[in-house]
Amino acid sequence: MAEGKVLLEIVTPQGLVFSEEVDEVTATGSEGEFGVLPGHVPFVTTLKIGVLACKKGSESKYFFVNWGYAEVGAEKVMILADSAERSEDIDLDRAMAAKKRAEERLKHAENVDFARAEAAIERAVMRSQVVESRRGK
Amino acid sequence: MATLRDIKRRIKAVESTSKITKAMKMVSAAKFRKAQQRMLEMRPYAERMNGILSSLASGAEGETHPLLMVRPRRNIEVLVMTSDRGLCGAFNTNIMKTATRHIDELRREGYEVTIDVVGRKARDYYKRRGIEMRKAWTGIAGKISYANAQEMAAEIIENYTNETTDEVVLIFNEFKSAIAQQVVISRLLPLAPIQAVEETLPIYNFIYEPSKQEIFSRLVPKNVEIQIFRALLESQASEEAARMAAMENATRAANDMIGSLTLQFNKARQASITKELMDIVGGVEAMKG
Repeated sequence: MAEGKVLLEIVTPQGLVFSEEVDEVTATGSEGEFGVLPGHVPFVTTLKIGVLACKKGSESKYFFVNWGYAEVGAEKVMILADSAERSEDIDLDRAMAAKKRAEERLKHAENVDFARAEAAIERAVMRSQVVESRRGK
Repeated sequence: MATLRDIKRRIKAVESTSKITKAMKMVSAAKFRKAQQRMLEMRPYAERMNGILSSLASGAEGETHPLLMVRPRRNIEVLVMTSDRGLCGAFNTNIMKTATRHIDELRREGYEVTIDVVGRKARDYYKRRGIEMRKAWTGIAGKISYANAQEMAAEIIENYTNETTDEVVLIFNEFKSAIAQQVVISRLLPLAPIQAVEETLPIYNFIYEPSKQEIFSRLVPKNVEIQIFRALLESQASEEAARMAAMENATRAANDMIGSLTLQFNKARQASITKELMDIVGGVEAMKG
């Protein structure tokens, strides 16, 4: 293990998405956003639908995480997520289409599953944010 | 006696059948490899999740979660997993036979049984017999995603927590190897007690946010999702393996048939040649006379 690095591992039921040593990790926990630098105190939390960012040198990588569990140690961050996508793999058009569909559902039908539709909208919004944060760099 | 032309036509027909079964075998082989790959890919996730749950379960939290609590059984939900498509040997028959036997047994013992199915084959089976199903998930085979498993888990968990059902049982084909699948009946809910392990690194005092209990109760439903997802993938891999074997057998049977038909064809051709020769010889003899 290189000095001053954290090993970031993102595991989903579809396989290992990411496993690399990075300098810094930022994620959205259920109680708020948190950042991890090497030597962080051991820490366990769940993640909300949101952005996960990591920095390696001057290069930043962004992920969209759909629910997750995070276990942080001094030199390791393990994320177990339902699904995770790299920002470059996100299909923005599809996300926007999904958002529109969910909004239509909320507007018109009476017996819609609100929680589900809202979760769909949230996912779409976060996906687009992930893409934007990459473009912002 | 079949004429030469009849036999030839039959050979052609069997040949094209064997071409189809051979192609189907190749397709299943490719799909089978993919399904197996996906089973391997979800393994690290499942292993880590189990590890985490075990370490979180230390302490009293382990017994109090509603999904872990055993309560008196009255209504049992049975989830039967079959394929959407046929031509896979005894794959679906085995499942349905076991499921029917199991359900009958439960009913005889006086339990209420609710049936859920995955796959068109099981749905059609019960529909034909006029047996009521609560829910049928079809059309997901071949493109199983974790979201499918989540959707199914959400419904099952809801029924379980509002005490519509007191126990949930999965019946599916477990994947043993490419040539062996086995029908298993496994209990999904209540979940098997999670073995608590003492944290291996006692120096670490983890900070839990929001709380250990809260995190544990959020993770337990994941365990249900994983089990359903695993069962779906196993069933998928088994289906393709069973189809591969069935198509292999069909191809072999077709080739055997082509062999025996060719023999019959040659015999018939020889017989007709002989007959013609006899006629000619007979004719020549007659002219001599």
